[in-house]
Amino acid sequence: MTSAPKDKELKPWEAYIPQHHWRNATDEAEGAKLGMWLFLSTEVLLFAGFFCAYAFFRLLYPENWHDASRYYLDWEIGAANTAVLLLSSFTIVLAIRAAQQGNRGMMLIHLGITQLCAAFFLIVKLGWEYWPKIRDGKLPGIFFDYPAVYAQRAAEKAMIVAPDAIIPAAQVAGDYASTFTPGAHDHIFLSIYWISTATHGFHVLVGMFVIGWAMWKAYKWHYGPRHYTSLENVGLYWHIVDIIWIFLFPLLYLV
Amino acid sequence: MAHHDVSYLAPKETFLKTVMSWVYTIDHKKIGLMYLVAVLLMFFLGGVAAMLVRAQLWEPTRTVFVSEDGSVYMNPAEAPEGERDSLKTETRGIFFQPITTYVSRPAVNLLSGSTVGAVITASQDGSPSVSLPESDGQTSNPLNIALTDDGSPIFTETTDQRGNKVWELRRENPDSDEPGPVLASITVDGRGNPSAEAGSGLSTRKTTIREPGSTITTNNIYNRMFSLHGTIMVFLFIIPSIPAALGNIFLPIMIGAKDVAFPRLNLMSWYIYVFGGIFALYSVIAGGVETGWTFYTPYSTTTDWGSVTSMLLAAFILGFSSIFTGMNFIVTVHKLRVPGMGWFDMPLFIWALYATAIIQVLATPVLGITLMMLVFERMFGIGIFDPALGGDPVLFQHFFWFYSHPAVYIMILPAFGVISEMLAVHCRKRIFGYRAIAFSSIAIAAISFLVWAHHMFTAASPVANVIFSALTFLVAIPTAIKVFNWIATMYKGSIAWTTPMLYSAFFLFCFTIGGLTGPPLATLSTDIHLHDTYFVVAHFHYVMMGGTVLAFIGALHHWWPKFTGKMYNEFWGQIAGWTVFVGFNVTFFIQFFMGTQGMPRRYATYSPEFELMHKISTFGSWLLAIGFLIHLVVFAHSVFAGRKAPRNPWGGLSLEWETESPPLEHNFAREPVLTHGPYDYDTVVPPHYDPALYPLPERSDNAPSHH
Ligand code: HEM
Ligand SMILES: [Cu+2]
Repeated sequence: MTSAPKDKELKPWEAYIPQHHWRNATDEAEGAKLGMWLFLSTEVLLFAGFFCAYAFFRLLYPENWHDASRYYLDWEIGAANTAVLLLSSFTIVLAIRAAQQGNRGMMLIHLGITQLCAAFFLIVKLGWEYWPKIRDGKLPGIFFDYPAVYAQRAAEKAMIVAPDAIIPAAQVAGDYASTFTPGAHDHIFLSIYWISTATHGFHVLVGMFVIGWAMWKAYKWHYGPRHYTSLENVGLYWHIVDIIWIFLFPLLYLV
Repeated sequence: MAHHDVSYLAPKETFLKTVMSWVYTIDHKKIGLMYLVAVLLMFFLGGVAAMLVRAQLWEPTRTVFVSEDGSVYMNPAEAPEGERDSLKTETRGIFFQPITTYVSRPAVNLLSGSTVGAVITASQDGSPSVSLPESDGQTSNPLNIALTDDGSPIFTETTDQRGNKVWELRRENPDSDEPGPVLASITVDGRGNPSAEAGSGLSTRKTTIREPGSTITTNNIYNRMFSLHGTIMVFLFIIPSIPAALGNIFLPIMIGAKDVAFPRLNLMSWYIYVFGGIFALYSVIAGGVETGWTFYTPYSTTTDWGSVTSMLLAAFILGFSSIFTGMNFIVTVHKLRVPGMGWFDMPLFIWALYATAIIQVLATPVLGITLMMLVFERMFGIGIFDPALGGDPVLFQHFFWFYSHPAVYIMILPAFGVISEMLAVHCRKRIFGYRAIAFSSIAIAAISFLVWAHHMFTAASPVANVIFSALTFLVAIPTAIKVFNWIATMYKGSIAWTTPMLYSAFFLFCFTIGGLTGPPLATLSTDIHLHDTYFVVAHFHYVMMGGTVLAFIGALHHWWPKFTGKMYNEFWGQIAGWTVFVGFNVTFFIQFFMGTQGMPRRYATYSPEFELMHKISTFGSWLLAIGFLIHLVVFAHSVFAGRKAPRNPWGGLSLEWETESPPLEHNFAREPVLTHGPYDYDTVVPPHYDPALYPLPERSDNAPSHH
């Protein structure tokens, strides 16, 4: 029951009174942060499931894993996204700093940059990673198109080994594809890649919504030196999204 | 704030406002009460499924061989040599009958006048199939269609002018080998609809025929029943039962708070629970699941009805509801205790809820992601649990039990908490070993994360087995500590045999049996024999039903006067209690023997030597049902005609007994002042306690005398 400011002079953050069951605003803010930390621990455990699956299959198929990571993932794209997310973590901290100083303009600017970073991340992810993979059949599990993918790999290999070779590329491709052994587990690597990055991407999307909500609240003067709990919690959430990516990136791209 | 000084149950000015005050409530008591109604409903549904399962086992559907002297054999080879020839077969079974589903297909009748001469349908490969009409079981051939030797119509494939395939049906020609005149030419369109062009004197009529499609066998039905029972009882009943229902109502009151830390999150958790329940319901309507509550791969990834996915999503969604409740409780306990209440001044129920909440928060996400991976596996074939694709089905078991073993403590720890409360209050004695009980809850929560593979001794590696076996034995220590402390609490107590006290005693009896049968399962050599037998079924029913459910019903009676403001009928409450207790033991004790003799769990049938034991068990289930129905009547009577409850009918010392019955909207008229601990029976006279208002059953006279 946040009551609206009685006095027109007061900004919402100045007039803020805690909900009825809290003894004071400090307790309320600490409680909210404790709750957020608990929620973040559930997020970590959720992704821990993926990391366990990852570790399990990497131990089972180490060479395949190495090879698949090199071939299917482009570390430069991953690194660019990592950099962008790190930057966004920094800007959201600056937004909180601006709230502490009561500087609405800087708060909105930094939240805006954070939003742009998140959008950049998702656009790169969709346009430069997901879309080409979908087009080429580099899909999880049963949808992985071995003939097409291996034909393409072979064609690329032929280009590298003998760019001017007289042998038709298609034939090389066919030969290479037939060397494919059923022992290959590229599809499992890609399964884990897809489900973990898609789940992470979903978290980024949710992040954009909550940051948007925080921007709206900032715009309406709900955050100021004495009251910015939910902005801080949005920041905490955003950090965990970044941290998870910082684990996913080396595990998937830099094997 | 005068309007908050009314009972939380008080109706608002208009009916609509009253309804809305529940739908949009952020009052923890209302949310808890809605949870309570829902979990009781789920208990009823799960119970009906259980009764059906037991009824099927009274007389399973099967074929048996009976000798002249009446002995029954599953297999004629089991009979003594001399009797084998005189064995008679008998079909037994009264309950689950196979269900055949019928499908309709378009067909064309070929008619001469009004006589049907042939029925034409399309077969799988796009060619027609023609059958002759039947009446009274006799096939007739009124049009004299040319037949093959085995009596089916001959039709020849040709092509028409436009190159489409056409099949011709001919009249028989007794005079020559050449086929007779064309009766009809048949075509089949791309969607499998046949059409026919009739020759002279004949006509055609479009129609549909019904024919048997798939058959659901009795085994399938049995599987669905026990899976329904397990999933409802675990995810929709027992996990939310004590924490989300009773915990929600009493946790804030017992620590002197006005509400939980995040009231809106609390409401959201309730609606997520409802939402998850809808998914589960859909799954049941769409045919149910056959996987059991454990969803083991590969069965859960290969059965092809959509209802499995829906049930997985239900469990996934319900997990969120459980996580949110847990988060809320942890923060509430940390931040909203009344001034002066230190951690060791809290009632033990709060400790138990706190430990439970930790497990809920830390284990449930792993279940969530596991179920999600299973859903991905079903929808996108990601292959990580599928051996054909290089995945590993046992990996699923690891993931699953990593949650589900801690989850069994989500189910039992709150029960430990209510037992501590009920014993202290109804024995009017300081709880023995407060800190030992509190810390053992935390110890159990911690150890529970390290023992999951004891469910997989027959699947995991030998080295891991030894480690997990050893760790499992550790769990028994804090559990036993609690049991001894409770018994010590009763010793020389001033015991009043109320229904809650009765249930506490039942709990101690049954839970001890359940706990003691854990170590034989944790022992590798014995578990190889006992795994997946009725011994395991008996073990977990003794801990979950004999433990959690009995404690839950006891707690319902204990706190009923407080949250409803009405007393229940003590006499009939106890009659019901004894019926449940006897019924429970008759149902499940015998299952230990069945298990040691090799009766596997999750089978719809059994060999004759188990017949008597299964019948006893089923008989017990009827007693149980009767007991629960009496409870239902007692509660209904209390709601409509119960006496008004005093503030403190039992003479309890924790804070909930200091407020009105039922409590006010904000729990207390003003913030309570803590003057004594929850168990200080040796020094404090319980406030508001007046035996004249509600006389307790006579107390035993070995009450401690303090000078
Ligand atoms: C005293 C400590 C306990 C020990 C040492 C113990 C040990 C075990 C073991 C080793 C199994 C696996 C048996 C098998 O499948 O072969 C098992 C099954 C089970 N236990 Fe316990 N247990 C204990 C207490 C509890 C409690 C308190 C609960 C719940 C309230 C519980 C619930 C279950 C359930 C539900 C299963 C069967 C799960 C299934 O396969 O569907 N146990 N127990
Ligand atoms: Cu276990």
